[in-house]
Amino acid sequence: MRNWILPEHIDDVLPAEAERVEALRRLLLDHFRARGYRLVQPPLVEHLDSLLTGTGRDLDLQTFKVLDPLSGRLLGVRADITPQVARIDAHLLNEPGLTRLCYAGSVLRTVPTGLAQTREVLQIGAELYGEPGIAGDREVLTLLLSSLAAAGVRGLHLDLGHVGVYRALAAGSGVTANGEDTELFAALSAKDLPTVTQLTARLPAAWRDALAALPTLYGPAAEVLDRARERLPDTPPIRNALAALAAMVDTGGPLVDALHIDLADLTGYHYQNGVIFSVFTAGESNAIGNGGRYDGIGKAFGRARPATGFTLDLRQLAGVVMRAPPAPPHT
Amino acid sequence: MKGSRFPHARIAVTTLTLALSKGRIFEETLPLLAAAGIVPVEDPESSRKLIIGTNRPGVSVVIVRASDVPTYVQYGAADVGVAGKDVLLEHGSEGLYQPLDLEIGKCRMAVATRRGYDWAGTVQRGARIRVATKYVRTAREHFAAKGMHVDLIKLYGSMELAPLAGLADVIVDLVSTGNTLKANDLVAVEDIMPISSRLIVNPAALKLKRAEVQPLLEAIARAVEGRRKAVQ
Repeated sequence: MRNWILPEHIDDVLPAEAERVEALRRLLLDHFRARGYRLVQPPLVEHLDSLLTGTGRDLDLQTFKVLDPLSGRLLGVRADITPQVARIDAHLLNEPGLTRLCYAGSVLRTVPTGLAQTREVLQIGAELYGEPGIAGDREVLTLLLSSLAAAGVRGLHLDLGHVGVYRALAAGSGVTANGEDTELFAALSAKDLPTVTQLTARLPAAWRDALAALPTLYGPAAEVLDRARERLPDTPPIRNALAALAAMVDTGGPLVDALHIDLADLTGYHYQNGVIFSVFTAGESNAIGNGGRYDGIGKAFGRARPATGFTLDLRQLAGVVMRAPPAPPHT
Repeated sequence: MKGSRFPHARIAVTTLTLALSKGRIFEETLPLLAAAGIVPVEDPESSRKLIIGTNRPGVSVVIVRASDVPTYVQYGAADVGVAGKDVLLEHGSEGLYQPLDLEIGKCRMAVATRRGYDWAGTVQRGARIRVATKYVRTAREHFAAKGMHVDLIKLYGSMELAPLAGLADVIVDLVSTGNTLKANDLVAVEDIMPISSRLIVNPAALKLKRAEVQPLLEAIARAVEGRRKAVQ
């Protein structure tokens, strides 16, 4: 093998694409700044324990590790910038009230993700700290949608979810305590109804039926909310989660072609804990934007704070923008 | 369909692509598709085409190898596919929805040895054994769960030969009638799991092409249910 060949799933961004990606990065950072989000630039490497705080095992396996010759300690190359920004909010800024931060930078992952099959993802995103209410979720989602519109993406499909529904069912039915959580979680994420039925066979009927209903609770928002109220137990956490989703359904506005709810969508489950959302667009088999609430992630850094935010993949987005048809003439 | 006359129109003609493999799965899937009002216009056994049209405009079937079906659906090259649980376990189900057990292509994944091989004794001794299989991931997970140390030998076919030729101590393979094992003087000594075919769906397709995909899922679910009732 020639020694200038790049490692697998690592690539150069060549002039035409680099120009598009950079233009998009500037446009989005300006867009964030105009709305009060201040830029931070966290480091590429950190102590591993700090990097993996609150994010669960998924990120651990996704993180490249190196030994720091200065200290002999294990360092991780970041696989996600969000936990770093949470650390900055919790520990360094330590501001009262609301803190709005944004970032753009490369992350490295051990296993390639998505259709692009790259291990170096150029992340850009924004995070809002200190707002526990639905106002925070709305602000962040509105910012995501206006950012995509500013970038020139149209025909958005918005999917809302709420991790609280599954958490309430798993805790209430005793699945969490039994440690059967992981398998059930995987089956629900895959909408694998046969496996969910099999795993929940020995639970009391009410919980079993509710968990079996979860993979079918997706589709147009109003319809899913109606069916969810019918089929899920009426406990306070579930009632609150559904109310939070109901309060989000008008966030879409003219930018969104379809606003759906998917209650079995548990992406980021390990650290998210409120309203979550993904944005899709025709022709992309992966979500182009993801986000949601992850209250309390800063706890390990000494300051648990309400937190919500979103992340975009700049190279993926630049590709979507390039392939999008030119804007229709103004009428 | 790509070069639509109205590229800016929001409601374009939506196409739906199904990924199927030839042979038994195809034959057994046909009645389920028919229940959803989809009939392929050609038989893949006699046609050499890899993309087959159907009676419904915009709906087509791509014929791929069984083990490639999850890949096509995962990347969105096909919206919906039919794949055996065996294939899905090897491929991993990341980035796929698998909402429906079609209850076709039924068999089981099992461990088989030569007749007279002391399997119970081997397990008890915890001896390191050589396992020949096409299903490396499934075998690795099964033996790891049992706490057995194994050397895996990847084969692409005729697994039954491996213990006879001295290549491996045991095999992990699909068993349906058990006739092939019998003919080669092998016996299934341990079941790993029951296998059947699943309907798999690309997550983005379920969201973006809901109007096409959801009725298809429901019609097929009803057909499976109806057939189960008829058998009982």
